[in-house]
Amino acid sequence: MAERRKGNAGKNPGKGAAEAAPVPGRLAVRKTYKLYLGGAFPRSESGRSYPVTSAKGDHLANASLASRKDAREAVVAARKAFGGWSTRTAYNRGQILYRVAEVLEGRREQFTAQAVAAQGLSRGAAERVVSAAVDRWVYYAGWTDKVAQVLGGANPVSGPYYNHSAPEPTGVVAVFAPQNAPLLGLTSVVAPVIATGNTAVVVTSEHAPLAAVDLAEVLATSDLPGGVVNLLTGRAGELGPHLAAHADVNALDLTGAGDLATEFERTAATTLTRVVRPGPESGAGEDAWLDADPGTSRMTPFLETKTVWHPIGV
Amino acid sequence: MIFEYAPAPESRSVVTLRETYDLFVDGGFAPAEGGEYLTTLNPADETKLAQVAVAGEADVDRAVTAARRAYDTVWSRMSGAERGKYLFRIARIIQERSRELAVLESMDNGKPIKETRDVDLPLVAAHFFYYAGWADKLRHAGLGPDPRPLGVAAQVIPWNFPLLMLAWKVAPALATGNTVVLKPAETTPLTALVFAEICQEADLPPGVVNILTGAGPTGRALVEHPGTDKVAFTGSTEVGRSIARSVAGTDKRLTLELGGKGANIVYDDAAIDQAVEGIVSGIFFNQGHVCCAGSRLLVQESIAGELLPRLKDRVAKLRLGDPLDKNTDIGAINSAAQLERIRELTDSGAEEGVERWSPPCALPSTGYWFAPTLLTGVSQAHRVAREEIFGPVLSVLTFRTPEEAVAKANNTPYGLSAGVWTEKGSRMLWTAERLRAGVIWSNTFNKFDPTSPFGGYKESGYGREGGRHGLEAYLG
Repeated sequence: MAERRKGNAGKNPGKGAAEAAPVPGRLAVRKTYKLYLGGAFPRSESGRSYPVTSAKGDHLANASLASRKDAREAVVAARKAFGGWSTRTAYNRGQILYRVAEVLEGRREQFTAQAVAAQGLSRGAAERVVSAAVDRWVYYAGWTDKVAQVLGGANPVSGPYYNHSAPEPTGVVAVFAPQNAPLLGLTSVVAPVIATGNTAVVVTSEHAPLAAVDLAEVLATSDLPGGVVNLLTGRAGELGPHLAAHADVNALDLTGAGDLATEFERTAATTLTRVVRPGPESGAGEDAWLDADPGTSRMTPFLETKTVWHPIGV
Repeated sequence: MIFEYAPAPESRSVVTLRETYDLFVDGGFAPAEGGEYLTTLNPADETKLAQVAVAGEADVDRAVTAARRAYDTVWSRMSGAERGKYLFRIARIIQERSRELAVLESMDNGKPIKETRDVDLPLVAAHFFYYAGWADKLRHAGLGPDPRPLGVAAQVIPWNFPLLMLAWKVAPALATGNTVVLKPAETTPLTALVFAEICQEADLPPGVVNILTGAGPTGRALVEHPGTDKVAFTGSTEVGRSIARSVAGTDKRLTLELGGKGANIVYDDAAIDQAVEGIVSGIFFNQGHVCCAGSRLLVQESIAGELLPRLKDRVAKLRLGDPLDKNTDIGAINSAAQLERIRELTDSGAEEGVERWSPPCALPSTGYWFAPTLLTGVSQAHRVAREEIFGPVLSVLTFRTPEEAVAKANNTPYGLSAGVWTEKGSRMLWTAERLRAGVIWSNTFNKFDPTSPFGGYKESGYGREGGRHGLEAYLG
């Protein structure tokens, strides 16, 4: 995909001003797609962007091409947000995730049209994907205040001790979102990370990043604190080595890292960063993510178990 | 009136050492193909205990093949109830032979007999009992309706708790239907080889447990063997990193239990005498050869002047010497190499300007010994506050506010354990909630139990051992 610093001006040369063009009734306001960093929508600090095309190859928009510095900023934003997000009550996190579902539901039409245009899905398939994405947020909204009960509990040690284990978020998670499932796949990997109290730096699908930026607008208007999710549109190959080696990243989800996954895993070993390897659904399309009950397997890798002991006595 | 302790040595007669020990592969003992042996010493007096075979690549291959065959033909097909019964048998035999194992462990490792007898061995048996009961209940473990074993597990364990680490690894692996190839540390292989005999005595099917002795290269060959499905390692963070690198891009599952630099926070309202006992057991238990040791003492400044003299008084009463003496508190450092590392790091503290204190303490003339040591005036920048010493050396820092205590405690790439001492429950919970560590001991320290998950945050590794959580590492 071509990297470019300017828009593709001059597409229709030769049309003189003198030629009487029909006066348009209304000029559409096109959208500028930006990054989502720390709750704001900046352009890449590098000033770079890249063209995004539809499944048929038509130009759709220019997306920001995130740089390593953007990735660094994203990690800083995610770390800053972690303290507040991880210590919110699980009930409150659930409310906010459910709010994401509500806002997304309200924008079903936009996301459906987008999926049709960008991915070439049929209208019916696009609706199915968007519905599943809404439902996925609801699914994880309901997990926030249950995961500790399911995964933690009292340990019957032999001795006069209170002994209790509970899961805790691991910290900042760098997520390589699926390449071919830009909305439902993205939702399926991001929602479990934040449902459990982690914060996320997400490298979105390189060739289909627009759904991610649209989703960022949903997140930004859903009471999700800035920095909890940071979305970088760009290249896993460029941003990945940096995120994998970053000492302030606690876990990597390599689902969308493709051929680079092994290299990133090897890099991550230096800081013993937790790693989720690409699974069977990694390269597949949105359909691979339709299962309405994905279980806990995307939450547990980003949780640590903390065990507290205290003597019992009078 | 103060009574001096009379010598109270435990008898060695319960242990029959063989001249040489071979590898345990496919249910029988066989020499290594390379014919090489290493010598394991008694670190308390540097006498030779026995020769053990050094497994090479061919031996690793043989053991993995045996484990695979046992997995395919017997162990994964057996009902959980039957598998569990084997583990119960093993637990019982360990109890029956616990005195022999405790003495042998003290001889090979240098740790005091009172610890092997009262801590290590009871816990070893308890682990097999605990996981035995899981074997037929895996569907109820909360890990999905149909949890499946992974296959052949490669397990590499350290020298600080040789038999206990074996139990932590082998018991959950077998309960979940996996077969194992285990490599004990080169300085402490003997109790693992007695465990091999116990497997025979329990009529465990051949190949379910295989024990390969050797040093680093043997361990590397084992974890890198393509025929294994799971790697479990306990040891240094440095080796953990290289293992994580070597399994990258494979299908092998990995759990790591690595180093630590545990903070032991003492608030001004703590029960001081209890705290002093906890500080002592936090750092001097097992000569400080404990990855979860409370090696950084964080004392609230207002009570440092009261606590430190009491701590020194208590440390001065520790008895260092013959590990087989039942009154010994501190035994020998496990090896010359480890002694050298402790010396080097402690000296670096002195060079960087920390104050060093040890009680008057006569060290035996042979063997590897290091007097219990307190380092005060330590700042967070000092090496002794950052690097794991893995010896009886405590670094003392102070703090003023709870926020500062938490910030200092968390200021480390490690995150295995921490301690909190306060009489106020809400303060204890507030602190425990903020500490980034896998195990928090409040008003106690260095407690272990098979039902209690153990493992670290950050560079202390990933995964948990013990409890229901410990099953997850062995199920797919």
